Amino acid sequence: MKTEHDILIVGAGPAGMAAAVQLTELGLSPLVIDEQAMPGGQIWRATEGHRTGAVQQALGPEYAEGTDRVARFRASGVDYMPGTRLWHLEPGFQVFMSRNEAAFSRRYRAVLLATGAQERPMPIPGWTLPGVMTVGAAQILLKTSAQIPDAPVWVAGSGPLPLLYMRQLLSLGGQIAGYLDTTPSGQAGRIIPHAMAALRGRADLFKGLKWLRQLRAAGVPWLRGVRDVRAIGQEKMEKLRYTTSDEVMHEVPASLLLLHEGVVPSIHATLAMNCDHDWSDTQGCFVPCTDDIGMTSVSGLYLAGDGAGIGGALAAEAKGRIAGLGIAEFLGHGSVSSHLRQARASLDQALASRPVIDALYPPADVEIPDETIVCRCEELTAGDIRAAAEQHRGGPNQIKAYTRCGMGPCQGRQCGYTVNRILSEEYNQSRSETGFFRIRPPLKPVTLGELAALEEGQKAP
Amino acid sequence: MTASDVIIVGGGLHGLSGALHLARAGAKVTVLEGEFVGRHASGASAAGVRTLGRNTLEMPLAIQAMDMWHEISELVEDDCGFHAHGQLRVVETDAQIAAEAQRVSRLVDSGYSNEVIIGQDQIRQLVPGLNPKFIGGAYAADDGAADPHRTLIAFRATAIRAGVSIYEGAPVQAMKRDGENWTVQTKVGAFTAPKVVNAAGAWGARIAAMTGEIIPLSAKASMMMVTERLTETIRPVVSIVGRSLSFKQSSQGTLVLGGGIQGRYDLDSGRTAMDFHALAKGAAAAGELIPSVAGVRITRCWSGIEGKTEDLLPVICPGKAAGLFHIFGFSGHGFQLVPAAGAAIADMVITGVVPDVLLPFNADRLTTQGAVE
Repeated sequence: MKTEHDILIVGAGPAGMAAAVQLTELGLSPLVIDEQAMPGGQIWRATEGHRTGAVQQALGPEYAEGTDRVARFRASGVDYMPGTRLWHLEPGFQVFMSRNEAAFSRRYRAVLLATGAQERPMPIPGWTLPGVMTVGAAQILLKTSAQIPDAPVWVAGSGPLPLLYMRQLLSLGGQIAGYLDTTPSGQAGRIIPHAMAALRGRADLFKGLKWLRQLRAAGVPWLRGVRDVRAIGQEKMEKLRYTTSDEVMHEVPASLLLLHEGVVPSIHATLAMNCDHDWSDTQGCFVPCTDDIGMTSVSGLYLAGDGAGIGGALAAEAKGRIAGLGIAEFLGHGSVSSHLRQARASLDQALASRPVIDALYPPADVEIPDETIVCRCEELTAGDIRAAAEQHRGGPNQIKAYTRCGMGPCQGRQCGYTVNRILSEEYNQSRSETGFFRIRPPLKPVTLGELAALEEGQKAP
Repeated sequence: MTASDVIIVGGGLHGLSGALHLARAGAKVTVLEGEFVGRHASGASAAGVRTLGRNTLEMPLAIQAMDMWHEISELVEDDCGFHAHGQLRVVETDAQIAAEAQRVSRLVDSGYSNEVIIGQDQIRQLVPGLNPKFIGGAYAADDGAADPHRTLIAFRATAIRAGVSIYEGAPVQAMKRDGENWTVQTKVGAFTAPKVVNAAGAWGARIAAMTGEIIPLSAKASMMMVTERLTETIRPVVSIVGRSLSFKQSSQGTLVLGGGIQGRYDLDSGRTAMDFHALAKGAAAAGELIPSVAGVRITRCWSGIEGKTEDLLPVICPGKAAGLFHIFGFSGHGFQLVPAAGAAIADMVITGVVPDVLLPFNADRLTTQGAVE
């Protein structure tokens, strides 16, 4: 591996891998870093670990596809550093990373953030109880260690991921107690065919019909238009309460509840770099502004994949290729316009169904009762935030200073959007105008020992 | 045009404390804050309440302030998270302990009994897990630390209850004296009062310049690191002689590490940026102090912009123009002085006489230029 690179790609998911392969094909040699031990990102997590067998089969063809992509990425010979965390980024670009418990810092001319998306936190009363987790986290356990919950699981929320997870879980012999679909009524039921497309692209629009059949055949109880979901218990979740569309409140014994309300771009790094962001009403999140080749408002800083706006894996790959081409041009490697045309066509195709999907899964914005924990790190409730808003009338940063909300190790990843929403409701102003927390480094926790060992230009361990 | 008796420019802790004391004395006070209360140095403070190692010129004011901190709820109806768990400065060598002993004995000769020299057994008792290479230190048992945000909330709320009007998002654009009154133009309108207090921190010299007065002032942006919560308890605030480190545990259990390591800042935008290569030295010093903290995760780093004078003492004095008063440039150690400095400036504004405790802080010491047209 070279010790110096002009280009850093952060993230080895669909976008990062595609950009790396593209740049390598053009004769450039970027460095790819990724937090995980193996390439593939979230959607193709640990695909190298499951080349054959039941898990591979259960995870379905869209997961199997990852094996080929990862192989192509490996074959490109690109410099790849797994198990590496980016924790700070400075203009210029001085990049601070940690690997094997040692911090190091290097300079790059161009940086591509292909850091993807995170699940939108779904704060409901009781969501911090043991026994409640996100669908995404449950799926990671499925992919990395084929872990299947012992008890039948309840799944609550909206979006394509719960459907995919339920199908995967059923194939591996798991049991589903029921799906509490919180998609606003009127939308529910029409969405399945689009769920597949949301994850992979338009070509799969009608493959989703197969999911629907599978879930129906398995007899998964599917309750539509559900609201007021609560996990109840002392030390751990003991009961589940929800209200169905006929206004009847139900309470059932339950030990495991998986939540999911869609995904949102990871914006901490672009916020920390003071990039411009726009509020997307359709996706209910801030999206960093990028030009048509993926460059942010900071020259030389690029974005690809779901981090540049949710579009699914195929769109992420196309955006990765486009950003790779853009970086090549930015660094003076001649015209890439013919490649660009091709990549743009793939992107258009992958995104064609997106407006439909966004319309079908509008951000649910379910009511957040006062007793709901908003900030898990500091254990602050929605009521605490509303009281602080009432008293101080300040923006997210003032509320943070007054309450400590967002000061914990998650850096506001769990509470940022909830605070934004509560304040926008309290002040009767737009989500965009309300804004987000100012992001303080480090982007990911780094130990005192790691930082103490920081050395400029130190060869990565 | 909004009229009051005193306009305070700057909604940091010194501005709020001055406002509170003035309002309690019967004045109608307006605070004009460019961004929001505590946005810069006050909100980014390590909130050390320290007499340990303080410049002796500040000691008379610091002693007053310390008495007020120990009864802080009398002033602001909240304890501000203040705990008098002591401040400790440890040393490694015999030469260092001798120098500290000499310093403390000079203090005693001047009549101050706030510090004592203690040995290795005592420092190890005070700081569990302390690296055995430290052999003793200087200790101020009545010192401690507060919670900067609670302190801001308390001073702000008490000032408002005392009748102070606070305008946030009201940066001052111009100041003009007409006859007996100042007119202060801000983004949200004009304010008028016979007296103006310039408590604008790092921007104090810019405010002074609006009145034609030039005061040399630079700035600093001391960086802070906060970690995840620790299960162990370390009560005093600890520093190391000759090293840039101040180490304390907050009441939340997190470690708050500072010590004056400088980040980058921009006065125009008000933004700061970290210098992690410099901060790495602070992290190394923390690990040297208590080796077991090396595995503790840093969750957040920040800094705030603070005014800094050449001799690191504040400017607290009447301005060159009539009805103008300055209080800024605390150079990174103004938090402890907040309650007493506010009382002293209120006294000066009301009587027009400079109290003895403020005599060392005249801006003239920094310049021979005086007023410039």
